[in-house]
Amino acid sequence: MHPKDWIEITRRGVLCRPGAVYIDPVQPVADAIVTHGHADHARSGHGRVFATPETLAIMRARYGDDHARTECPLAYGETVEIKGVKLSLHPAGHILGSAQARLEYGGFSIVFSGDYKRRPDPTCVPFEPVPCDVFVTEATFALPVFRHPPLDSEIARLLASLRQFPDRCHLIGVYALGKCQRLMMALRAAGYEDTVYLHGAMVRLCELYQDCGLDLGAWEVVTAENAKTLAGKIVLCPPSALQDRWSRKLPDVLTAAASGWMRIRARAKQKGVELPLVVSDHADWDELTATLMDVGAPEVWVTHGRDDALVHYATKVGLKAQALHLLGYEDDSE
Amino acid sequence: MRAFSRLLERLYYEPSTLAKERLLLDYFKATPDPDRGYAVAVIAGDLSLPNFKRSMVLELIRARVDPVLLSMSYDYVGELSETVAHLWPGNSEPEAEDLPSLSDVVHALRHTSKADLPAYVTGMLDRMTSPERWAFLKIGMQSLRIGVSARLLKQVLAKFGDKPIDDIETLWHGVDLPYEQLFLWLEGRSERPAVHEALTFTPVMLAHPLDEKDFGLITPEAYAAEWKYDGIRVQVVNSPLGRALFTRTGDDISHTFPDVLAHLNFHAVLDGELIVMRGDKNGTFNDLQQRLGRKAPSSKLIADYPAGIIVYDVLALEGEDVRPQPHAARRALLEAALTHHKPDAMKLSPELAFDSFEALADMRASVVNTPVIEGVMLKRRDSSYVAGRPTGPWYKWKINPKLVDAVLMYAQRGSGKRSSFYSDFTFGLWSGNQILPIGKAYFGFTDAELVELDKWVRHNTIQTFGPVREVKKELVFEVAFDAVHRSTRHKSGYALRFPRINRIRWDKPAQEADHIPALEALIAR
Repeated sequence: MHPKDWIEITRRGVLCRPGAVYIDPVQPVADAIVTHGHADHARSGHGRVFATPETLAIMRARYGDDHARTECPLAYGETVEIKGVKLSLHPAGHILGSAQARLEYGGFSIVFSGDYKRRPDPTCVPFEPVPCDVFVTEATFALPVFRHPPLDSEIARLLASLRQFPDRCHLIGVYALGKCQRLMMALRAAGYEDTVYLHGAMVRLCELYQDCGLDLGAWEVVTAENAKTLAGKIVLCPPSALQDRWSRKLPDVLTAAASGWMRIRARAKQKGVELPLVVSDHADWDELTATLMDVGAPEVWVTHGRDDALVHYATKVGLKAQALHLLGYEDDSE
Repeated sequence: MRAFSRLLERLYYEPSTLAKERLLLDYFKATPDPDRGYAVAVIAGDLSLPNFKRSMVLELIRARVDPVLLSMSYDYVGELSETVAHLWPGNSEPEAEDLPSLSDVVHALRHTSKADLPAYVTGMLDRMTSPERWAFLKIGMQSLRIGVSARLLKQVLAKFGDKPIDDIETLWHGVDLPYEQLFLWLEGRSERPAVHEALTFTPVMLAHPLDEKDFGLITPEAYAAEWKYDGIRVQVVNSPLGRALFTRTGDDISHTFPDVLAHLNFHAVLDGELIVMRGDKNGTFNDLQQRLGRKAPSSKLIADYPAGIIVYDVLALEGEDVRPQPHAARRALLEAALTHHKPDAMKLSPELAFDSFEALADMRASVVNTPVIEGVMLKRRDSSYVAGRPTGPWYKWKINPKLVDAVLMYAQRGSGKRSSFYSDFTFGLWSGNQILPIGKAYFGFTDAELVELDKWVRHNTIQTFGPVREVKKELVFEVAFDAVHRSTRHKSGYALRFPRINRIRWDKPAQEADHIPALEALIAR
């Protein structure tokens, strides 16, 4: 049976009807498959949660041990049956533990990519193309103007600015889960050995990454005592803290942000960013279009983001394509 | 070119004026002639590149990108140079090759023939990174918008050479590209360049808005009051060298208003408001708009919309610079000169007699719908004429705006700072049980409200027409505007002057928005 006959878009999220299980539901449900730990995809209060052990660890760190009634950990490639629907999770390369969800029922298979990228990232297992009948792709950066530059060159710009303005505290807005840790590892790879200072909101997730064996180098939390001494240092905070009272205690702040949106000048400016770093954990246009080819599914459904451009492209290269209008996933959550 | 591109990139994102100054000073110090002079010209928008057309850039990118993806990209980014910079095929590896100097680039852009220019531009874009392409296209299209005003640039040059800013203001329009003479003088290596051969613009004096905290300053003894007219600020010059009409920024618009220029029958530099003047009757800004931007107006257009000036100040009279004299003395000189020479279509701006601040406030409040008058000007009687916007001598006190509650109908993505968000809003009022559009506004809300509005638009779209989204008729805006007049442009039959969104009425049901007749009550009389 074709997935269009057993997959349904509801207010709670995408429902697999025969399995009575939702994928990344935005409201509490009995059975949920969670692709990754970002807050708009992983919410608390579900009955059973099917996810990778890393994603479940992230959910425990964010919401506490009772975030769901029952945890159902699934390793990459492992298969479980839910009321006749076969479910397996496969690496998505987005953040630690991120997965694509493959569902098989009635002789047809569908893969939900969740969020993904194709660039190397030492904090997670690389994306694997999974053959299927229908591929459901994200479209956060699905416009050809989005072509993320190499991470090395963005890190080099940051380090050049630190040399040019050695008295200014370089405060970088980064998503607390994934971007923060990837940026720290990239700084280490570029030879930056100084202590990196963190907003309190980053701490638990950095510890969790370290518990998973990822070396983030020396870091410390910004405190009322050390804040004044951070001229010429790198401080990481959630994007929302950039313009917050919190950042006022830091000396002569140079505001930076690491996100795929920084490619668009007006966006960077709207956020008051002086040093925009184009660093993304989502696929850019070239990666999205290459992925449609690599997966090779004859039919593509496009979810959150700029779906119209990707649907247009997919149709033009001979695929059957349509947009799923999902609500509740934030465009900006990068 | 690379150094200039980096400078633009930094200036673009730099919010602090002080830091902008630092960046420009460092650039002028580190950059040789003639590059830095061309940089000044590019930033000030003083270059003329007639062969570089927006349509040429569009054609180049259309030949390289799928049309649908191009239009979606442009719609999203909201600005052509940046869209092309990002979309241009080729890698984004940083800085692979050396680029030519800024002066070479400017020279090529000015002197390459129209036929050869596309090949030159293509060759350059192929060699550049995305930020460099952006800078190059911005230079070509002469639309930088990097938050550096001509005023700031002059301040930086004054600081660079440790010279008074007034000297820079005066020289600005009198020296030629690439300003090598100016830099020689600023660096103390030559005499002050002579500019008396040319007819030059004298920088104008500007007013601050009157805040409530300053009401106490306004007494009839200290300040003279006059109406603030809704036209355009001009400086008209008649000297032995010839005549000219300048805008407040020093653009020469003599060719657009030959009639006005002919009226000035004595040697002077006068400051005033350009409006349409039919005998004793002053026209509205809408009338004046028929004349603006017409390089060679027909005699019929001039006859239908004759322009004149309401004169309010004199900067030079018969060759003498009278700017140092107090306002009261200048006004006496002006009045005497106008009485003596009786120029056509040049009226002295009448002084408003008032005996208390309250009386003045009443006068201001009694102006109904303002087709011509948009507020009150207050000028300290003892103040001399100073270039720029000094605090204290001049205040402007605008009349409070009119308000209606309108319903959001359509939204479109904005450009510039608001690009990629739905920020251009068309709204309307009830007419029976339908809503008719009355206008469009794209500011008046905060960035945070913009994010909410953008989200609301995307979730409440009922249909799309190209870049335009029609939304559910459920959101009410309190729209403020300066005036309303009848117009055939909108189906409603009315058009608003300077509409902006005063408040978003998330709380107000659309049924309770205003009806079209509400506008009739506010219309210009």
